[in-house]
Amino acid sequence: MSDSNERLTMPKPLAKQGAELDDRLHAAKGVRTLLRKVFPDHWTFLLGEIALYSFIILILTGIFLTLFFNPSMTQVVYHGSYTKLDGVRMSQAYESTLNISFDVRGGLLMRQIHHWAADVFLAAIVCHLLRIFFTGAYRKPRDTNWLIGVAMFTLGILEGFLGYSMPDDLLSGTGVRIAEGTLLGIPVVGTYLSFFLFGGQFPGTEFVARFYIIHVLLIPGLLLALVSAHLFLMVHQKHTQMPGKGHTEANVVGQPMYPYFMVKTGAFFFFVFGALALLATFAQINPIWQVGPYTPTAISAGSQPDFYMGFLEGSLRMFPSWTWDIGGHTVSWDVFVPALVVPGIIFTGLGLWPMLERWATGDRGYHHVNDRPRNAPTRTAFGMAGVTIYGVLWLEGANDIIADHLQIPLYLTTEIARWAVFVGPVIVFWATRRICLGLQRRDASMLTHGVETGIIVQQPNGGFVELERPLNEEEIALISAKPPAPLSIARAVDENGVPEPALRGVRGKIQARVHEVFAEGISLAPPANGHGNGHGNGHAVTEGDGERAAVGGGPAGPAEVGEGQAGEEGE
Amino acid sequence: MSDNDRDLENTPEERHAPHRVIGTPPPAHGLLTEAGPGERAGRGGTEPHSPGEAEGPETPELHELPTDPPDLKAAKSWERVAAALFLISALASAGFVAAYVGLEIGNKNGNVVDATLRSNLGLGSAMALAFLAIGVGMVIWVRYIMPPVELTEERHPMASNPEDRSAFAQTLIEGAETSQITKRPLLRRTLIAATVPVALAPLVILRDMGPLPGTSLRHTVWKKGMRLLVYASNQPITAADFDSAGGMITVVPEGYQDNDEQLAKATAIIIKMEPGQLQAPTNLNWTVDNIVAYSKICTHVGCPAALYEQTTQHILCPCHQSTFDASRGATVLFGPAPRPLPQLPITTNAQGYLVAQSDFHEPVGPSFWERG
Repeated sequence: MSDSNERLTMPKPLAKQGAELDDRLHAAKGVRTLLRKVFPDHWTFLLGEIALYSFIILILTGIFLTLFFNPSMTQVVYHGSYTKLDGVRMSQAYESTLNISFDVRGGLLMRQIHHWAADVFLAAIVCHLLRIFFTGAYRKPRDTNWLIGVAMFTLGILEGFLGYSMPDDLLSGTGVRIAEGTLLGIPVVGTYLSFFLFGGQFPGTEFVARFYIIHVLLIPGLLLALVSAHLFLMVHQKHTQMPGKGHTEANVVGQPMYPYFMVKTGAFFFFVFGALALLATFAQINPIWQVGPYTPTAISAGSQPDFYMGFLEGSLRMFPSWTWDIGGHTVSWDVFVPALVVPGIIFTGLGLWPMLERWATGDRGYHHVNDRPRNAPTRTAFGMAGVTIYGVLWLEGANDIIADHLQIPLYLTTEIARWAVFVGPVIVFWATRRICLGLQRRDASMLTHGVETGIIVQQPNGGFVELERPLNEEEIALISAKPPAPLSIARAVDENGVPEPALRGVRGKIQARVHEVFAEGISLAPPANGHGNGHGNGHAVTEGDGERAAVGGGPAGPAEVGEGQAGEEGE
Repeated sequence: MSDNDRDLENTPEERHAPHRVIGTPPPAHGLLTEAGPGERAGRGGTEPHSPGEAEGPETPELHELPTDPPDLKAAKSWERVAAALFLISALASAGFVAAYVGLEIGNKNGNVVDATLRSNLGLGSAMALAFLAIGVGMVIWVRYIMPPVELTEERHPMASNPEDRSAFAQTLIEGAETSQITKRPLLRRTLIAATVPVALAPLVILRDMGPLPGTSLRHTVWKKGMRLLVYASNQPITAADFDSAGGMITVVPEGYQDNDEQLAKATAIIIKMEPGQLQAPTNLNWTVDNIVAYSKICTHVGCPAALYEQTTQHILCPCHQSTFDASRGATVLFGPAPRPLPQLPITTNAQGYLVAQSDFHEPVGPSFWERG
């Protein structure tokens, strides 16, 4: 390695093996490209990796658990190590879960890692999804991968529910009972679905075995296929990158897969596994022996599902007791709407969002550089409104705990939640947009005036001024990376004031108005006569306009949109 | 190129950049952070940097990555830290095995839960240490021992070029035409008609996953003269067993104490009230000595309505907080439950034990479509 232009060769044995393989696989070129693949770096890009590694850990620990778990509802009388339950009637599923905990060395550790990993898996998915949403990383061409992600999120929730239902303890059985009551609430076919799922009346003798095979084979298989597709698309379409110096729509800046990313991500796998082991060691989770086996006659107070089911629980708690009795049939809106329609709307809305946004902005272009959330105020506001709705449902799912700890009357928490779920998102939407626009305005002033340094100097005339320093190149690249305003509004009216055909009529006017809402923002072009940073005057502005024209496909980009006068005038 | 060119001239359609342009950070000499087409051509074509590079068109630039970190001395000391962490990890793994062998579980030596938690602590700490030490060591390796590097890779347009697209369309349509499927509607339509039943028929075999509901949700096993057994102790109960008002007792039908399917519908609660507390719509003919019995299965989604507040006579379901007024026929005071808890008609038999007069007079538990 003395001269950087010297060709390196593989050690002989490795070269021989490699040649043998390549003779058969024709892989040298493709694998080399893969090894040199560039991965951009940003801490939020780790969130998806946490989900991925949690999934792998779930599979590893899950395999261990299947070696000892007995998915049977055959009733037995317990005479095992845990003497407090001696002589108690229980299912073999619960008995074998006790045995895993008390009679298999490392069994409790594996159970607890598995349970924690499930929680971390879904928490990481939620965070990853929020990151993708708020940075606009789901935009073309990645909208397909967004759909795969939403599907995995849904499957993950179902998988988690099936998993924690299987030990057949008092807490999990209550969850299954709620699921059964929910199935019964489906109009027309609900009763039949319930009888087919449970093999008759609840609880029956079938559901643990049926949940088991769905939990260990069907859904993990689907998830594995979707994870593979998700990763393949990510590699094929290349990663998005955050705005920054030298980051363009046409490149990826970062470190190569081999050796850098491999080592980093390998380290991250060990971190995730280590953190889950720590949790499983020091933070007890689901001590099933404390609540006893399931019986439909009893319940433990303060029953709480795992966190990812909380929004459904809150939805059920909050909804009023509306039912209809028509023509000898009962329509239980009180169950059907909160437990099925509400999550249906949430997940369908998530899945359709990229399409809705395309309609709302008219922006059909490719996007490989992410948005800073502030630079897409309306999207960010919709996202926060969604988070608010989900958050209210989720908090209401623990309203008894909240009422108890905060000394608020129980029913008041529900009344508050019923209002908050409608009023909250409206307020949050408005506030988020204002905050985003305010942050843009601050960015615009930093581009023109520089950053306040906090250093106060006294001038010869006795006055005090604060020193400002110009932004450096990195900062300018980041701040001025505001996407162009979506352009359909520019094309909405031609020079004679006639609207485009697509934007005529009621629907067209609504769309034009929505375009305006989504386009509102402050212009954040890089400073034209730069503060000594060496960039040419006017250069950036011209390029910016050019990009607008290209992305929107219109004849000319709007110089300014909405409140955007301040920034460019300042130059 | 300046750092400002993150804009339009780089849109995928316009960029005909080289297959791959890689740059390195300042320490590596001779390579540019970002090379344009001309630079690439110049390097690869006219002045090869080494004999090897001229071998063929696929030859990549040599040494895109720097060979050594800028500060060799610092790297050396970080190497020692990483090595120490790897050794710690190995020791922790050995500790894991030691904890597995050494820490017994089960109830041979006293408290079974304590033994399990001891084992869990030993195994878990060792495992966490083993993983975290490797993880930290690897991060030190990549951050402080590998030389810092930043590469730039070109994106290629996702959309295929028009020639490829039209060739694809040509192949697709040609295949369809050759297969005759487009020309022979009878073939096509009958095939489509056949796929629907083929896809739906297998659903039929799921039918035997369970029996049809019939009227099973409308009835419970309670019948005239059946004794109420106190849940868990399974003892019959007399009206005289209540010495004072208050308190809620869960009861199950005699003979079905271990039948979860029946208990999921038939489980009831009995509450003794103060004289005069019970009011309409409670059916007083179905009570005994101010003792009233209601279904314990919540009419919302079927959780046991298990909490009772003596001072207010409220029955609360802990799942979704439906609240029922026990003194007034268990009418709903709050929450998502749509109906009162059905009242179980009770009386006493010759021995003075509480027995049912009949089954519930309406279906218990959650709503279902056929409930009516």
